[in-house]
Amino acid sequence: MIKKMLALVCRECGKEYPTQDIHVCELCFGPLEVKYDYAAIKQVMTREKVASGPHSLWRYIDLLPVEGTNFIGLHAGFTPLVHAKNLGAFLGLDNLYIKNDCVNHPTLSFKDRVVAIALTRARELGFETVACASTGNLANSVSAHAASAGMKCYVFIPGDLEAAKVLGNLIYRPNVVEIEGNYDDVNRLCSEIAGERHWAFVNINIRPYYAEGSKTLAFETVEQLGWRAPDQVVVPMASGSLLTKIWKGLKEFEKLGLVDAVKTKVNGAQAEGCSPIATAFRENRDFFKPVKPHTIAKSLAIGNPADGYYALKTAAESQGAMDAVTDDEIVESIKLLAQTEGIFAETAGGVTIGVLRKLVKQGRIQKNDVTVAYITGNGLKTQEAVVDSVGRPIRIPPSLSHFIKTFAIEESA
Amino acid sequence: MIKVRIPTPLRPMTGGKSEVEIAGKTVSEIIENLGSAHPGIKERVYDEQGEVRRFINIYVNEEDIRFLTGKDTPLKDGDEVSIIPAIAGGT
Repeated sequence: MIKKMLALVCRECGKEYPTQDIHVCELCFGPLEVKYDYAAIKQVMTREKVASGPHSLWRYIDLLPVEGTNFIGLHAGFTPLVHAKNLGAFLGLDNLYIKNDCVNHPTLSFKDRVVAIALTRARELGFETVACASTGNLANSVSAHAASAGMKCYVFIPGDLEAAKVLGNLIYRPNVVEIEGNYDDVNRLCSEIAGERHWAFVNINIRPYYAEGSKTLAFETVEQLGWRAPDQVVVPMASGSLLTKIWKGLKEFEKLGLVDAVKTKVNGAQAEGCSPIATAFRENRDFFKPVKPHTIAKSLAIGNPADGYYALKTAAESQGAMDAVTDDEIVESIKLLAQTEGIFAETAGGVTIGVLRKLVKQGRIQKNDVTVAYITGNGLKTQEAVVDSVGRPIRIPPSLSHFIKTFAIEESA
Repeated sequence: MIKVRIPTPLRPMTGGKSEVEIAGKTVSEIIENLGSAHPGIKERVYDEQGEVRRFINIYVNEEDIRFLTGKDTPLKDGDEVSIIPAIAGGT
């Protein structure tokens, strides 16, 4: 295998560091990113090679920040790209696609991508214990992957998570630490713990590698569209990292000549109850003001988004837009997606579809645009959000006459 | 005195210590005095305009000072200040 990682480099000041377990520049505190040897990668990475690779995100190994092939998370990624004809017809879009990470392996969210990369890299760096600060999906994925890899595991979650996201940790028997506070409290505490314990915190000291896993959503989109970049993407934002990495993935494919000039507009979606990035966009600021989240979209409830600044830059650079939707709109949009496409998304998916609807209404997304909406998590994990608005089953005794009586009108109609 | 928690990137300037005790009545006084006791720290925490760097968050007793009164946030004996890299967490 080629040596593709040259260094970690500070995104702000350019200082370089070895490819170890560090995530911020010691000079300016800017984020560290993996610096790749794109010339060497270009020699080996072709469409044909990718297409003959495994049916997982590891088909893009040449652009992923691991050194070996001792993978954790063998089956993550390569989820369906669904041509959403019904939802498209409803919205007036001819070329709407849903990238469906509801069905990612093994924990039903896009986090299985980033965790596969993070844990593989953590093991390469010699770690035996993995940890994370999470709004739920990440903790589920770290717990599951740690169990399968035989690694010790600590997950830190806010105190108000959905039941399925709590249980979805406990079943794998990690150390589940519930913090009396919101995600931003969890994240701050974990940043401090990371300075005291020699653990692989996937989204702190392993973050430069971890975050790269999100690029695979862009890679797969391009490949599944027949090696073309979409005209528009709509991406949910919590920290803003996913949105920036989808853009990065598209630009990397362009750089390697795997796709023609990328003109994708990258649009960001938040919940009104936690919209520091979308609010900054709407107010035309390049910096965000942190907020205290109040939304049912708990997986996106990050009031102090680490990549907010870069998400705003990405939207500006790609001429995309950002917007936010209310909790009611989130629920409506979850139901709309389910009832048109048969895809049951979690609350973050409701945010994405809700903002997609707004962008269409505003004329920012046009009828013929090839548009991809990213559905990042599974609705069965956030049942609390919709349980009161989907009705109840029709209950009858096990008798044919009752059935006929109950459904008489419909049958004769 | 105020207990100040020092992030890993700044520990070379505190002789490796993760916590130091510093006097001061506001956050900005703490940063000034921290800079006097441990030369170099102030320049790392503040940018060229004298503002807290974009990628640093400062907390007083677990609350982000941007929800308080920023650098002017008042401090009293026994308060704890944390300086924490902003880049962490999330998706």
